[in-house]
Amino acid sequence: MRIERIFADKNKKRKIRVDPLNLCHPRSNHAQSKRELIMTNNNYAIEARGLNIYYDDFLAVRDVNLKIEARKITAIIGPSGCGKSTMLRAFNRMNELVPSAWAKGEVLYHGENIYAPDVDPVEVRRRIGMVFQKPNPFPKSIYENVAWGARINGYRGNMDELVEQSLRGAAIWDEVKDKLDQSGLSLSGGQQQRLCIARTIAIKPDIILMDEPASALDPIATLKIEELMHELSKEFTIIVVTHNMQQAARVSDFTAFFNLGEDRAGVLEEYDKTNKLFTNPAKQTTEDYITGRFG
Amino acid sequence: MTQQIEIPSPSTTTIEAGYNRTNDLRKRRRLGETVIQTLLFLAGGISILTTVGIVYELSKESVHFLSQVSLIEFFTHAKWNPQLGNFGILPLLNATLMTSTTAMLVALPMGLSIAIYLSEYATPKASSILKPILEVLAGIPTVVYGYFALTFMTPLLRSVLGKDVVEIYNTASAGIVIGILIIPMVSSMSEDALSAVPRALREASYGLGATKLETAIKVVLPAAISGIVAAFIVAISRAIGETMIVAIAAGAGPNLTFNPFLPAETMTGHIVRISGGDLSYNSIDYNSIFAIGLFLFFITLSLNIISQRVVRRFREVYE
Amino acid sequence: MSEFKANLDIRHRAGHIWRNIFRASTVFGILALIVLLLNIANSAFGYVAIENDINPADLAINSIPIEQLHQVDLVWILEQNVSAGLFRRLESEMPWEERAREEIYDLVVERVVNPQVVHTWPLGGSLFHRAEIQAEVAAKFPGATLEFRSWLTGDFLTTPQSPEADRAGVRTAILGSGWTIAITILFAFPLGVGAAIYLEEYASDNRLNRVIQTNINNLAGVPSIIYGMLGLAIFVRALEPFTSGAIFGAVDDTATASGRTIISAGMTLGLLILPLIIINAQEAIKAVPNSLRQASYGMGATRWQTVWHHVLPNAISGILTGTILAISRAIGETAPLVVVGASTFITFDPEGPFSKFTTLPIQIYQWTARPQAEFRNIAAAAILVLLAMLLSMNAAAVVLRNRYNRKI
Repeated sequence: MRIERIFADKNKKRKIRVDPLNLCHPRSNHAQSKRELIMTNNNYAIEARGLNIYYDDFLAVRDVNLKIEARKITAIIGPSGCGKSTMLRAFNRMNELVPSAWAKGEVLYHGENIYAPDVDPVEVRRRIGMVFQKPNPFPKSIYENVAWGARINGYRGNMDELVEQSLRGAAIWDEVKDKLDQSGLSLSGGQQQRLCIARTIAIKPDIILMDEPASALDPIATLKIEELMHELSKEFTIIVVTHNMQQAARVSDFTAFFNLGEDRAGVLEEYDKTNKLFTNPAKQTTEDYITGRFG
Repeated sequence: MTQQIEIPSPSTTTIEAGYNRTNDLRKRRRLGETVIQTLLFLAGGISILTTVGIVYELSKESVHFLSQVSLIEFFTHAKWNPQLGNFGILPLLNATLMTSTTAMLVALPMGLSIAIYLSEYATPKASSILKPILEVLAGIPTVVYGYFALTFMTPLLRSVLGKDVVEIYNTASAGIVIGILIIPMVSSMSEDALSAVPRALREASYGLGATKLETAIKVVLPAAISGIVAAFIVAISRAIGETMIVAIAAGAGPNLTFNPFLPAETMTGHIVRISGGDLSYNSIDYNSIFAIGLFLFFITLSLNIISQRVVRRFREVYE
Repeated sequence: MSEFKANLDIRHRAGHIWRNIFRASTVFGILALIVLLLNIANSAFGYVAIENDINPADLAINSIPIEQLHQVDLVWILEQNVSAGLFRRLESEMPWEERAREEIYDLVVERVVNPQVVHTWPLGGSLFHRAEIQAEVAAKFPGATLEFRSWLTGDFLTTPQSPEADRAGVRTAILGSGWTIAITILFAFPLGVGAAIYLEEYASDNRLNRVIQTNINNLAGVPSIIYGMLGLAIFVRALEPFTSGAIFGAVDDTATASGRTIISAGMTLGLLILPLIIINAQEAIKAVPNSLRQASYGMGATRWQTVWHHVLPNAISGILTGTILAISRAIGETAPLVVVGASTFITFDPEGPFSKFTTLPIQIYQWTARPQAEFRNIAAAAILVLLAMLLSMNAAAVVLRNRYNRKI
């Protein structure tokens, strides 16, 4: 309750301060105009500060400082086992579902540390949604898959409209509009993944985390997902983990390159605008990785 | 040619010598293998023989019985009193249904709650302690549960509800204790079903901002429902076939009553009581318990088959 | 945010309530186990009020208590206090000079002092309401002495059945259980493992084999009492010449021989646990990695060589674990044995597979069904013996399982 209010107040203040004239897409326009200042301005959707993530006493990710720009697509790339997924899941406390996992440091969302003791992880995940590596629709109807999350979160509006709007938003409405009562599992892999995206946007999160969302899909389905991500970034902040460097280069605005440290802990090696990181990386290891010398 | 054969190195010859190697690759008859395979097949076949034996023997005696008592009387007559020639299974069936229903009222909610707790809430360490304890509960012989029903549950019910309400032998006490007996079975089968639900589904639910309860009840439970229903059906079948608890605690003597605090003999209880005495083989008493047994066999068999069907038919296919 | 109601408080509250319900159910399950065990302990130990026909102190000669009297004096006491007929009968069974002093002393206690339990109290009352019990004894049984008794004693384990509760023991029942289970194992283990090997290693996926598999799964769910009826019809009745031992000449009097023998009981229980053994053994065999089989076939081994040298050695501890669990089920089975025809009262040790029998659970059942309180006490003591047997078997299974888990 308390948190709800805090977040609400912050949103209000922010909107007014950011752009009083354009209430429809206040932050995206704002960000557009200040593009050059991204590394210094404070219009961030979420920020990790001195974040260390452990599994029991194994350090999986070391001392990450990372500011994610709002309404942009940020890609996280890096070799296998460098803690990309772990890092992504730290943004909505999904790691906590693994009993041995724990985190040190801060993740600031609207200035509030989501790891503070009085923050409710349920509330966090409600605002920071997630799309998983393998499509995982519920064994319910397509309609229910989309409506369920909104319903448990106390959605007051017209559910049919929300379902249609979300399915349209995920570019799958035309394919499923005639079979909304069929099981979500009856769809193809690519459709299932877009259904999962529809399900996520139905609860209107600020941020969508995507954990290799296209890795289980064929090239055509992958392309559709990538196009969709572009569309979604107008409204949502997207953080995507990908194993595929071309994909990162194609879809993202920013790229964070994680690498394995000497003690097998993942570290943030370099973070920059995607163009810059792929054409003119600051570090030799980044260049080695993106040119395919390891990983 | 001959030259070459004389030449080969000593080492090769010694290795070759250990084998009886020919170039004949045709199939050979291996007598030992055939005999073993036949024996193993027969071992597997014993199970078929057992089923055939059960059906044959129960039917044979039942036919004798039904030559003296009509099927209609068997299923509709409200009294079971062999001395007077009354053979209506209703009082026995009614008592069986009463004890089983009571047992289900205890075992289903309890068993399912425990399953949800173990699979969704308990830490791995806690469930590694809790599960063996529940296994112990399942491993205790039913005669001990019968003793428990008679010496603990009945006095408990009598002290709570009054001695004039609850008789010493009653179906409620037997039913509750059968329920306790079945809890571990319901909980372990349901927990298997819940644990088999892929992790991805739970993550999806949490990712949408669901609480633990919402994830457990609205996502995991529906996904595991076929396994849980199967567990329930198997549990019902087990409750119906349970014998010693009712034989000890439910009372002797068929009694058509709907009051759970009165004594009433179940089908299994009746079989045990009649066969425990000195029974002459060709009496109608002897035949009658086989007729009850056949009926019992068909009920439990159908329930088991239904539960297997449920698992197969309604299992969600992931990936 | 306004599109969504702020409902998190309610949702969390519901979550807490239900979590507590789930936890309470689990606690209830464990509590049930504890109460069950306490209830048994409650009856197996506790105060008893004992009345003697003659106070042992009155039997003292020259103020030497009977515990210290010489053998000759004890015989004299017997002669004075029992009927002449009984005295002569005892002497003709074995002359007094040949009997040990302890034996004669026991006879004095049994025949002359004749202590009888007139009232018993459960353990709970004995521990917490001692004063009341003492007052009650003084008021109701003025001649009685109060003593704390464990109904589970060494004597209880080694004496045979008796019509009097405080002299009865479970020796016959334990031996009966032992013989029965031995037959069960000999019958069910080879057949069960054989069937499992057939189904896992030999059976092709054809109709017959599927029927066998389904059939085994169904048999596992048949109520145990049905097996009792099968045993009654097949082993006791149809195979009577064999199960009574008549065709082997194992019985003295073929006219009274009946099929209600240990071998019938053992084979009935064997059929009962056969499906369990098969299913458990199948699981163990399935857990053997396929690469092992392929390696063996790759070396030119036949199917049986592969099974015997590679599959079985790797599956054996799993098979044994499953078998032990199935056997502990058989040890506790009561209903089928009642139907097969366990004897209600035998005092002699079983001599072999063709003896009449009783088993520990049967004994518990019969004692529980008696109305007298003392029989409840010895039933509880017998339950403790049974549970101890089961516990040790399960411990063995756990040890095996741990070894098995380490290996793979």
